[in-house]
Amino acid sequence: MSAPAAQNSIASRRPARRIDAALIGLLLGAAILWFAPVGMGRYGTYVLSLWLVMSIGVMGLNLTLGYAGQSSLAQAAFMGLGAYATAILTTKYGVSWYAAFALSGLLTFAVGLLLGFPALRVRTHYLAFVTLAFSTLIWLLIRNEQWLTGGVYGISNINRPDFLGIKLFGALEFHRFVVVVTLVLSLKLWWLVRSPWGRAFTALRENPVRAASLGVDTRAYTLLAFAIGSAYGGFAGSLYAPLVEFIDPSPFSLSQSLFLLLMVVAGGSGYLFGPFVGALLGVVLPEWLRFAGSLYLIIFATIVLALLVICPQGVCGLIERGWHALRRKTGGAR
Amino acid sequence: MKSLWVMAAALSAALSLPAQAQDKVKLIDVIELSGAGAAAGTNWKNGADMAAADINAKGGILGKQVEIVHYDTQTNPGNTRAAVQRAIDENAYAILGPIFSGPIGASMQISQRAEIAQIVGGEAAGFTRQGNPYIFRTSISQAAAMPKIAKYLKDTVKAGSIAVVWVNNDFGKGGRDTILPELEKAGIKVTADVSTEQGQADFTADAIKVKNANADAVFVYLNEEESARFLRAAKQQGITKPMIGETTLLGAKVLELAGDAANGVKGHVGLSTDAPVPALQDFGKRYREKYGFSSDHNGVKGYMAVFMVKWATEKQKKFDKKGVADTLRGATIKASEEPGILMDTVIEQNGDLDRESFLAEVVNGKQVINTTLPRIKP
Amino acid sequence: MAEFIAYLIAGIATGAIYALAAIGFTLVWQTSQTINFAQGEFVMLPAVLILLAVKLFGLPLWAGGLLGIAVFLLIFGAGFKLVVVDPMIKHGVLPLAIATMALSTIMKEGAKDGFSAEAQSFPSLVPTDMVNLLGVSISLQHLAIIVVAFAAIGLLQWFVGGTRLGRQMQATAQNPTVARILGIPVERMVLLTFLLNAALAVVASLLISPIYLAKFSNGETIGLFAFIAAIVGGFNQVRGALVGGILIGVADSLAAAYISTQYRLAVPLVLLVAIILIKPEGLMGRKEERRI
Repeated sequence: MSAPAAQNSIASRRPARRIDAALIGLLLGAAILWFAPVGMGRYGTYVLSLWLVMSIGVMGLNLTLGYAGQSSLAQAAFMGLGAYATAILTTKYGVSWYAAFALSGLLTFAVGLLLGFPALRVRTHYLAFVTLAFSTLIWLLIRNEQWLTGGVYGISNINRPDFLGIKLFGALEFHRFVVVVTLVLSLKLWWLVRSPWGRAFTALRENPVRAASLGVDTRAYTLLAFAIGSAYGGFAGSLYAPLVEFIDPSPFSLSQSLFLLLMVVAGGSGYLFGPFVGALLGVVLPEWLRFAGSLYLIIFATIVLALLVICPQGVCGLIERGWHALRRKTGGAR
Repeated sequence: MKSLWVMAAALSAALSLPAQAQDKVKLIDVIELSGAGAAAGTNWKNGADMAAADINAKGGILGKQVEIVHYDTQTNPGNTRAAVQRAIDENAYAILGPIFSGPIGASMQISQRAEIAQIVGGEAAGFTRQGNPYIFRTSISQAAAMPKIAKYLKDTVKAGSIAVVWVNNDFGKGGRDTILPELEKAGIKVTADVSTEQGQADFTADAIKVKNANADAVFVYLNEEESARFLRAAKQQGITKPMIGETTLLGAKVLELAGDAANGVKGHVGLSTDAPVPALQDFGKRYREKYGFSSDHNGVKGYMAVFMVKWATEKQKKFDKKGVADTLRGATIKASEEPGILMDTVIEQNGDLDRESFLAEVVNGKQVINTTLPRIKP
Repeated sequence: MAEFIAYLIAGIATGAIYALAAIGFTLVWQTSQTINFAQGEFVMLPAVLILLAVKLFGLPLWAGGLLGIAVFLLIFGAGFKLVVVDPMIKHGVLPLAIATMALSTIMKEGAKDGFSAEAQSFPSLVPTDMVNLLGVSISLQHLAIIVVAFAAIGLLQWFVGGTRLGRQMQATAQNPTVARILGIPVERMVLLTFLLNAALAVVASLLISPIYLAKFSNGETIGLFAFIAAIVGGFNQVRGALVGGILIGVADSLAAAYISTQYRLAVPLVLLVAIILIKPEGLMGRKEERRI
């Protein structure tokens, strides 16, 4: 996480140079992660993969929250939709994972549109409230409709996909596959954010009234941001199912949606690398804290609380602040 | 960009595992210590710790001391998988836990791939039917317990109709799905099928619903705390029909929390520290002294799980991970050979258990065992 | 019909539990425009602290009760405001709301590790007898919760509207800048609100725990339902909590009775969506000025 890359917030004045830095950061990060698990054991590899999968989900939420300024309390439910769609299609109907992945994204995008349309009629925190209800309803559906979802028993033996005939059965192979998918999805988001669409999203967050007066159709853009963000949740779920090879309703509950929101904010909402840092905090930190024994969750939550109290903009915000301070001190500011 | 490298290095340092000392028998307990399963998991953890202390006090397993490491699953399949993966990477001799069937389902393939025994606390019928030779139970499954309840309802309670109250998680749904066909076979009509939520705030509406169903008996299949709260609500609504349950309804915790609302409750008990088995009662007493509260059946299960590993290791006379599973499969462990197993236990080829069990009743706030039921295949 | 009334009363009784917990949401919202995701844990913890004080120091129940309540007010009334809310409030609503999520984990895990993973019974302040109401039996405990919920909201309404201190608090809530110009000690008013919030959580805890038992995870359900109740009733009105709570309780009870026990949770949620779409500010809520 380098400072110039982190600084690629949308408030940035000179986009061209820094966005290149972001691009290099993404590619370099992917390269490192490609080789990182060597000698790490399957556990480490699995946790890295889990981190990346959660990062995708958090990335989607970051688009909704950090760029379009809307809170969604249903990101885990969208992950659940994607995970269940993929699991059902691949295990029951023999659909290939790639098709299931695309369909999961499409499904969650469509559901996002349907859900967001009435909710955004009323502004601000009402989307949060509607998604709160939605998230619990989806969880109930997953749990109760046993004929389709396996109910409380879940779906087991979810197969991992092939890539050009190469089996991705092993932990390392599948991890590398996850790295590639994550890279593709984050490049897509990087492109989106610097496109005119992305600028419109940002304008929306910074000042909705001015954006509207400048002719941005605020509702359409917010809706779009929410739907794309939801689709990223679906993509994340679609990877989560073959990663764990088993799904049941518990990882897609409301509390998990709140936890994803926590990752966005703790990582730094509105920063391209925020989701990776946030998911690192949310997924890897508790695993790493296991040495602390039974108190590990308290320690984890205390760290997060302290971080937010000290720097409400999250880790990326902290780094940005530190970077500015450093530049001022060294007289490097122009 | 330099910090990217630093982060990567820090990550790999954090996630690689420390070198192991090999002079101990390392058992890794992957268990629900937070989330919905925390109460059950804590009992199991204490039971396992007590077993390790007992074994170590008597010289360990084949002269080696036992070390148990507990990893929390947060009652979440993804985290459970990580924890089991870690246990295998850390070269665990055997894996204990988890209890909830979702976490079991997410982790059993991994222990199977690693050919390492996983001794779980789950009671749901499903996971021993998948042909996984490395999974073992510590209690009889719902598939074995529910026919006993149906028979009891028909022959002893003489119920013609029944209201079924269950908690809508894998445990409760599993029990409900197993008992309904048995009730049908026994010719008992189900007049109300009431699902409740774990952690539900109030059971008054459910109690009214059960009361209005006006069945001859009520079958209550909830976790301990919810059982107690349902019994209280039922008493307040004046339900006088016999309350029948399985293990949890007659647990020590339920009796403590429900008070006199639990009097008259009857049912089948798989494992109980009140059973007329001196070893079980002694375990219950020592557990209470050590932890300050009574053990439920999960505490007993955790204790037995460790002794299953000990027995298998001593039987094969060497430390062979795969051998533990091979030895356990199809074995009969007699309490006379291995007192720590507490009760004679027959392990079937698929990992199911067969054991004696009990019919009990609550009298004056105490669990009283009336009948000891024989093993299904004596 | 008798059956319907029985369900209705059961629903109102449960709803009063939610209402009592939901008042805190509305109070915090009014002073800081934020959502305290630890509200459920605020209701869970006092009972646990009291039992812990009794257990640790061997105190009689009343003394343990006083100690537990004092500790709770100090940490989660004043401490919460000074350590968490004050440094964060100027950075917008969301980081603070997220911080309360972390706080809820700390409270939950702390109660579990420091006290017990299992539920413990909690002594009831009122007798557990049943009384007959409209031909339906209802426990005195439930009745007490209903009465206290109404009384608490009545008192709050009176305090906010009818006393000088209350009006100062209200002014602070509505416009801190103007309040400061008018010479109202804004800081002290905000502190007062948070103390009041903690005190109400204590009352809720004392009344709910005898029925619900004292357990670390209880805040999850109570928090969720209270949150829904506050949205339905209207976040910016204290009496909204009462209306929302009872509505949700009754919807839940009737859903379990006549629709489906498996989907009983769904009915309050569908109600929530319907109300947001029709009257976004909640049944009792005032329209808020749009902030630019």
